[in-house]
Amino acid sequence: MSALSFQGLNVWFGEGRDHVDAVKNATFKVARGESFGLVGESGSGKSTIMRALTGLAPHWSGQMSVNGRPVGHRRDKTFYKTVQMVFQDPYASLHPRQSVDQTLSETLHLHGFRDIEPRIEKLLEDVGLGPSFRFRYPHQLSGGQRQRVAIARALAPEPSILLLDEPTSALDVSVQAEILNLLTDLRAEHDLTFLMVSHDLAVVAHMCERIAVMQAGDIVEVMSVEDMRAMQPSHPYTAQLLEASLGYSRSGAAG
Amino acid sequence: MTELLDVKNLWVRFPTRKGVFDAVRGVSFKLGRERLGIVGESGSGKSMTGRAILRLIRAPGEVEADYIKLDGEDLLTKSEAEMRKIRGDRISMVMQDPKFSLNPVMTIGEQLMEAYRLHAKGGKAEARKRALEMLEAVSIRDPERVMRAYPHEVSGGMGQRIMIAMMQIPDPDLLIADEPTSALDVSVQGQVLEIMDKLVRDRGMGLIFISHDLNLVSQFCDRVLIMYAGRVVETCDADKLHKAKHPYTRGLLNSLPRFDAPQKRLEVLQRDPAWAEAASVGPDT
Repeated sequence: MSALSFQGLNVWFGEGRDHVDAVKNATFKVARGESFGLVGESGSGKSTIMRALTGLAPHWSGQMSVNGRPVGHRRDKTFYKTVQMVFQDPYASLHPRQSVDQTLSETLHLHGFRDIEPRIEKLLEDVGLGPSFRFRYPHQLSGGQRQRVAIARALAPEPSILLLDEPTSALDVSVQAEILNLLTDLRAEHDLTFLMVSHDLAVVAHMCERIAVMQAGDIVEVMSVEDMRAMQPSHPYTAQLLEASLGYSRSGAAG
Repeated sequence: MTELLDVKNLWVRFPTRKGVFDAVRGVSFKLGRERLGIVGESGSGKSMTGRAILRLIRAPGEVEADYIKLDGEDLLTKSEAEMRKIRGDRISMVMQDPKFSLNPVMTIGEQLMEAYRLHAKGGKAEARKRALEMLEAVSIRDPERVMRAYPHEVSGGMGQRIMIAMMQIPDPDLLIADEPTSALDVSVQGQVLEIMDKLVRDRGMGLIFISHDLNLVSQFCDRVLIMYAGRVVETCDADKLHKAKHPYTRGLLNSLPRFDAPQKRLEVLQRDPAWAEAASVGPDT
């Protein structure tokens, strides 16, 4: 049974002449324990798939299921206990006037935990923050520390599936390495399934086993990381994307 | 090589409640008609260096240097009125996010024409013609429509190309590009770089390219300064960046995930306080 399954998923925004099909007929499965990547340029619909799953993009049709259970337009508590999300910008995704302690204890409280005290300590330890960070506010933390708090919050309900929306693109490369290592460790420790969005192919290749390439709302190709590293795309758009991500070539520009 | 820009012992200081904070500490470099990359993490002082050259650091921030010479003339001795002539005409700057650097309540056309008329004192018809040419030069397909559009109606990549179009109108000798492609997709990034590359090649413009992306800088620039904690720790030819010697540069390079070679874990940068203590590496060392 797959952890996540999408069958003919369509997501759209707007009405009438403003109607936009953000995701068109997306079909893929993510096995339990797998790490699956979504790549493509901005506006290709990669984040929208995650947002549709979590209910942040309410207009969708098709079928989505989590651990074999279909997801409806209304989600129950079990869903949010199973699926959690880490957002791109740690500067925007934490409440500026809530301390780390408040952020985590509110989440724990909402999910019905009673032993909040020891859990907060454990969560902070899991993400590599000492107890001294517990009563700090987001503005007293660096970008990397904030993203650690955001990850701790996502881990609080003990989910089995983590949705990662560009988790390191707002961070410096040295901090990115720390966060990616942390995610790798947490995945091994907690048996997590990852669905990850990134525009950085090197990051996706590092983190994921299979990768879906999206263009203008369509999944044009699902490939293994080995095929991607070997530069063996089967779709011309993937070839173009791989080419572009290898960097700027001056000879190409001159010709 | 004739120096277009020569910076000697540049310091940028900000007084804070905890004492004076040195954002840039004794940076010296020379720039010819080439592409110079400045790389470093956030807070390393790379943007402050770019702004200090244009004297865009506002009080209470202070800029101090032995000299900042543009074609032999020291910018530090210029009056504010003279500086205004230099900004745009001689030195232009492109910022990271087009959303914050274009005026949201003016159409693109109005802004481009205003830029032209301020610098060239031409008529309206002439300004319009030049603005359209500039948009075409940065490969915008339907310039007529874009002229009528407001900044929120164009994409990020297009906005950045418009910024570059605007910077070119006065035909500057030096362009300071502060993370010009960081907010863009890889495909659009290539186009923007190509435009800047062309300006350097065709017009002999000097370019200071500020970025945190080491791979990009090593591919795009001619020479690189690596900054850490406000000082230049290493300078090298861009194509030799991967053979850089300083442990900080090495650490940054090693912390990048590699597309061609899978790794189990990424290396984490171990910082040495001595890196911040040592003096800046200058052009003569």
